[in-house]
Amino acid sequence: MAERDWKVPAKRLEAGFEDKKPAFDAGEALTEASRCLYCYDAPCIPACPTAIDIPTFIRKIGTDNLRGSARTILESNLLGRSCSQVCPVEVLCEGACVYTGWGRKPIEIGRLQRFAMESAQSPDLLPRQPATGHKIALVGAGPASLACAGTLVQMGHEAVVFERDALPGGLNMTGVAPYKFRAESTLAEVEFIRSLGVEIRTGVEIGRDFTAEQLLEDYDAVFLGVGLGSDSLRGIPAIEGTGVIGAVQWIRGMKLDPATSVDGVGHAIVVGGGNTALDVVQELATLGVPSVHMVYRRGLADMSGYAHEFKNARNVGVRAVEHATPAKLEWRDGRLVGVSLESTQSPASFESRDMPCDLLVVATGQGRLRDLVEQFPQVECDQSGRVVAEPESLVTGNPRVFTGGDCYNGGKEVVNAAAEGQRAARAIDELLRQG
Amino acid sequence: MPDLSIDFAGIRSPNPFWLASAPPTNSGDQIMRAFDAGWGGAVWKTLGTPIINVSSRLGSVDLGDRRMMGLNNIELITDRPLDVNLREIAEVKKKYPHHAVIVSLMFDTPEEWADILKRCEDTGCDGVELNFGCPHGMCERGMGSAVGQEPKVLTELVKWVMDSTTLPVIAKLTPNVSEIVDPALAAQAGGAHAVSLINTIKSVVGVDLDRLVPVPRVNDASSHGGYCGPAVKPIALRMVAELFRQPDFSLPISGIGGISSWRDAAEFIALGAGSVQVCTAVMHHGYRIVEDMIEGLDEYLVSKNMSSVQELVGAANAGFREWGELDLNYHVVAKIDEAKCIGCNLCHVACWDGAHQCIHMPGTAAIEGHVAPMAATAKKRAFEAASLIASGRTDVEPYRVPWVDETECVGCNLCWLVCPVSGCIEMVEQRRAPETDTWNDRVREGRDFVPGGLKDI
Repeated sequence: MAERDWKVPAKRLEAGFEDKKPAFDAGEALTEASRCLYCYDAPCIPACPTAIDIPTFIRKIGTDNLRGSARTILESNLLGRSCSQVCPVEVLCEGACVYTGWGRKPIEIGRLQRFAMESAQSPDLLPRQPATGHKIALVGAGPASLACAGTLVQMGHEAVVFERDALPGGLNMTGVAPYKFRAESTLAEVEFIRSLGVEIRTGVEIGRDFTAEQLLEDYDAVFLGVGLGSDSLRGIPAIEGTGVIGAVQWIRGMKLDPATSVDGVGHAIVVGGGNTALDVVQELATLGVPSVHMVYRRGLADMSGYAHEFKNARNVGVRAVEHATPAKLEWRDGRLVGVSLESTQSPASFESRDMPCDLLVVATGQGRLRDLVEQFPQVECDQSGRVVAEPESLVTGNPRVFTGGDCYNGGKEVVNAAAEGQRAARAIDELLRQG
Repeated sequence: MPDLSIDFAGIRSPNPFWLASAPPTNSGDQIMRAFDAGWGGAVWKTLGTPIINVSSRLGSVDLGDRRMMGLNNIELITDRPLDVNLREIAEVKKKYPHHAVIVSLMFDTPEEWADILKRCEDTGCDGVELNFGCPHGMCERGMGSAVGQEPKVLTELVKWVMDSTTLPVIAKLTPNVSEIVDPALAAQAGGAHAVSLINTIKSVVGVDLDRLVPVPRVNDASSHGGYCGPAVKPIALRMVAELFRQPDFSLPISGIGGISSWRDAAEFIALGAGSVQVCTAVMHHGYRIVEDMIEGLDEYLVSKNMSSVQELVGAANAGFREWGELDLNYHVVAKIDEAKCIGCNLCHVACWDGAHQCIHMPGTAAIEGHVAPMAATAKKRAFEAASLIASGRTDVEPYRVPWVDETECVGCNLCWLVCPVSGCIEMVEQRRAPETDTWNDRVREGRDFVPGGLKDI
């Protein structure tokens, strides 16, 4: 259970993607920072789930106080680096920018934040309280746990993160669209969290290497940031060969597995209407798959995916079929060759529609890790499998167990996970200092 | 089409736009290209006893991403041989007989002055400009601003020049004095035909904080230099205006200092400049900017029904007065256009911290009895929006339009200046009384007093 040297393979599909929003150089950053109005009581701040003081960090870029800029960001969000690239800024800070309301191009807050982070992120920016002697275990090394653990060590506590996977980072490592944030950047951010004093143990699993009871015995508090389970393939007809894959698994392969390839894929269909589906269709189209369709069981207006991402998908040639679901899969020599769609409406809006398909990616959701979290006494999940916790402190039914991230919120953004992790850290700190 | 040509102290030029004596007028080749681009005249880079220049020479004040809002230099006068310059001056004048070629000069003894003026006359140049302004490098040798700062010396030197030439003579003044009128009157007393101002302002443009050496750096040190560019325009405008309205000063004025556009030029001319000289804007963008300057000035004169540049000269003079003559009953208050406001609240924070605390955030209540026409509406709208958002509506924006307490508003303009939306804040006239009242009236009539008395009223 020692800390390891983590490496991502050099040859993998992800490495071929270019950043959709490339890094600013210093001159571009200054120009963009100069455009910021430095609003008072700025609406971008409450639009950020971690309430970063955006006008202040941008002003500090303009005054060449880059360390101060990075400090302003990190004081509100320890995962400021990944958030700068993976946040849906169009519906968060940049969506709230007064320029947006004015019908003008908003300040490129995400790219400015990336510039500050890549220029000046450093562990010595943040103060650290004297050691308290308290120890907290964090389960899962995704954004929620990393933000929580980083905050806890700043408060003087010891934090140990346990990760089942060989690589830390959670969905930032395995699930973020490669044109937004790549695995090596995730590793750099994990190293930053580790440099704050967090211990991260990978390749260890509850139930196999230790039990929930042991954690509760050895540590003063536990944070559950286990994320969601594997892809749900519910509703997909029987699978009799290769060519069908869950979306999370597919993205993981693209980001980390050199064996994953789109060679020979001529017709890809992605099932789902959420942001994961929108990521996958854009990735496939960008990788050169000639025909990419997304198939959604409801109408386009009902999609949970962001409108701006749907527009991006349309721009790279993705076509959408609404009110449809795969009814039958067609196989030849153990390989998928076609999908027969049927209408989800009643009466049916179309007769069944046969489409050629050699890759079917299912992005209809992930399972829940109910069995895992319920190993902790008094920790409960709701009907849809989310861990039940008090929203402000994020304490579960067990007063020493806290939670945050996808396992609690059902699957939101990295920035929500970071906000919850940091909120939980403050509640844990309060609990331990009372004790 | 308005007549842009000028006759400035006997120097004729197809338009009022001259290049100031500086790097853009270093050589004949440059000046010919400038004339081809449209410049009406050029003041040749100052001739004098040859010097050796340093490297590097320039430092800049940038504002955010905008470069060279101010420029500082430690370059001296020409470092080319005198003969070469004089030969090129003659060539240019021969090729461009209708353009104004003025030679800037800086010499020490009466003999030197007499000699160079003779040689200048031989080139066929249109006039000379006496460099009494350089605040660095030459003043240490008893020339440049060392002359411009000593009215008696200045008069004496101008007399030497006037005794030696029949060419039109412009004395170029330094702004590094407490009263610009003194050197200007001194130039007039010496017999100069005109003055030009301002030369550069003595300055340290910045410090290299890594090396802890001022800039521009020459090996391990720097020195003070001369400051120019858009940032100095207000200083120059004031000096030009002050000379133009000085009753006992009557010479033509060539305006210099931060002129980058036709609008800058028109402002200088309106306050009394008969020609304008440009340097930094050309160093930044090249000679080509003059096309826009000519076109813009022409369009402006047409819009004002003026038939010549001469009509504009000093046209704004009547509107430039002593503070004591300003109307104390004139009053404006800020009005915010709710439909245009983007909710940046820059007016609020500026007023709150930097002015008179009369622009308030929506949702707050006005002080009883104060005039604040938008306060109640703003409070209602802010509350309505907040409750809709609280009820889960995602299509509603918070109401962010501030309101003005007109009782407290002094009409300072700060909110209007900081507002990024054009036409969103308007300063609306609300006179305190119909009749005019000034501080001078009040003192004269005994309604106000100055402790210790006020001599000039």
